[in-house]
Amino acid sequence: MSYLVIFISAVLVNNIVLTQFLGICPFLGVSRRISTAAGMAGAVAFVLTLATLVTYLVQKWVLDPFGISYLQTIAFILIIAALVQLIEIILKKVSPSLYQALGIYLPLITTNCAILGVAILTIQKEFNLLEGVVFAFSNAMGFGLALVLFAGIREHLELMEVPAGLKGTPIALVTAGILAMAFMGFSGLI
Amino acid sequence: MNQIKNFTKGLLRENPILVLVLGTCPTLGVTSSAANGLGMGLATTFVLAMSNLVISLVKDQIPDKVRIPSFIVIIAAFVTVVELVMQAYTPGLFKSLGIFIPLIVVNCIVLGRAEAFASKNGPLSSIVDGLGMGLGFTGALVVLGSIRELLGSGTLFNIRLYPENYTTLLFVLAPGAFIVLGYMIAMVQKINKAKK
Repeated sequence: MSYLVIFISAVLVNNIVLTQFLGICPFLGVSRRISTAAGMAGAVAFVLTLATLVTYLVQKWVLDPFGISYLQTIAFILIIAALVQLIEIILKKVSPSLYQALGIYLPLITTNCAILGVAILTIQKEFNLLEGVVFAFSNAMGFGLALVLFAGIREHLELMEVPAGLKGTPIALVTAGILAMAFMGFSGLI
Repeated sequence: MNQIKNFTKGLLRENPILVLVLGTCPTLGVTSSAANGLGMGLATTFVLAMSNLVISLVKDQIPDKVRIPSFIVIIAAFVTVVELVMQAYTPGLFKSLGIFIPLIVVNCIVLGRAEAFASKNGPLSSIVDGLGMGLGFTGALVVLGSIRELLGSGTLFNIRLYPENYTTLLFVLAPGAFIVLGYMIAMVQKINKAKK
C-alpha cells in the first residue's frame, strides 16, 4: 500500500475522531479555543508517532518472540505512560519553550484512547515499521484537523443563541455529528 | 442504607455518560446496536467492580507517587481477563466490539472511579460503587444502542420491528451516534434540573 493512500485514508476517509470514535474526550474537552486545540494536536502528533514506533518494536522484538502477545494491553499502556513521563522530563530540560506550550496537555495524553488505539491498530493491520509510523502520523494529523475545525466552529457557536436545553455538551455533540456528516463525503475518495 | 445510595448514584444522578460525560469513545463507538451496547457495558462493569475492589484492598500498600501507574496495571490486568474470556466464549461479540475491548483500560470512568472513590473507601463500598457506575454505564449504552438500532436498521436486539425501507441509515453511522447522544444528554440535564 502506498504511503499517500495511508495518509489520505487516515486523515480524511477514516478520520480517527469522526469515524473511528477514538480520542473523543480531548476532542470535546479542549476544543473551546483554536489555540489550545492546536497545542493539544501538536502534543498528540508527537506522542502518537513516538508511541506507535516504540510499541511496534516491543511487539516485534519482545512480545512475539517470547509468545506473550496476550500481555499486549498491559505492556502497551505501561509503555505509553512511561513514554509520556519521559517526554515531559526531556522537554523540560531540552526545550523549556516547547514544554511551556505542550506541558499541560502531556499528562492528559496517557488516557487518550487514540494513542493506545492506534498502537493496537498498527499491529492488527500488519503494517511494516515505516507504514506503521506513517499511519500513526497521519492519524495524528487527522486528529489535529478534526480538533482545530471543531474548535473553530465552537468559537463561533459561543456567539449564537443556542436553545436553553441544548447549551453546553449537547450542542457540541450535535455539532460534532454534523461535522462527521461532512467527513462522510470523503468516503468514496479511496 | 448507605450502600444503596452508593449503588443508585451511578444509575442516574451521577451517571458516568449522561451527567459526567466520561468514557465517550466506547459509548459512541460500539452502540450501533443494542446488543453491542449491552456486551460492552457488562464487560466494563466487570472491570470497574473488580478493579475498584482490588484497589481498595491494596490502597494502603501503594506509595502515593506511583498510585496512578499501579491503578492502570491493575485495571489492565482485568481488561486482559475480559479480553481472553470474551475471545473464548463470545467470539462474535468480541469481533464486533473489536478495538474497544482493550481500550477499556483507558476508559476515563474506570480510572476516574479508582482515583475518586476506591482509593478512599473500603472494599464493600468500592465494589458497590463500581457495580452502580457500571450498570449506569450499561444502561446508557443500551438506551443509546436501542435508539440507534431502531431508527437506523428497524430492529431491536435483532428482532425486526418495521420494514427496512423506512429506516434512516444515518443513525447507525458515525454522525447518528453524536447526535443521539447529544439529545440524550440534553434530556437528562432537563430531568435533573426539574428535580431540583
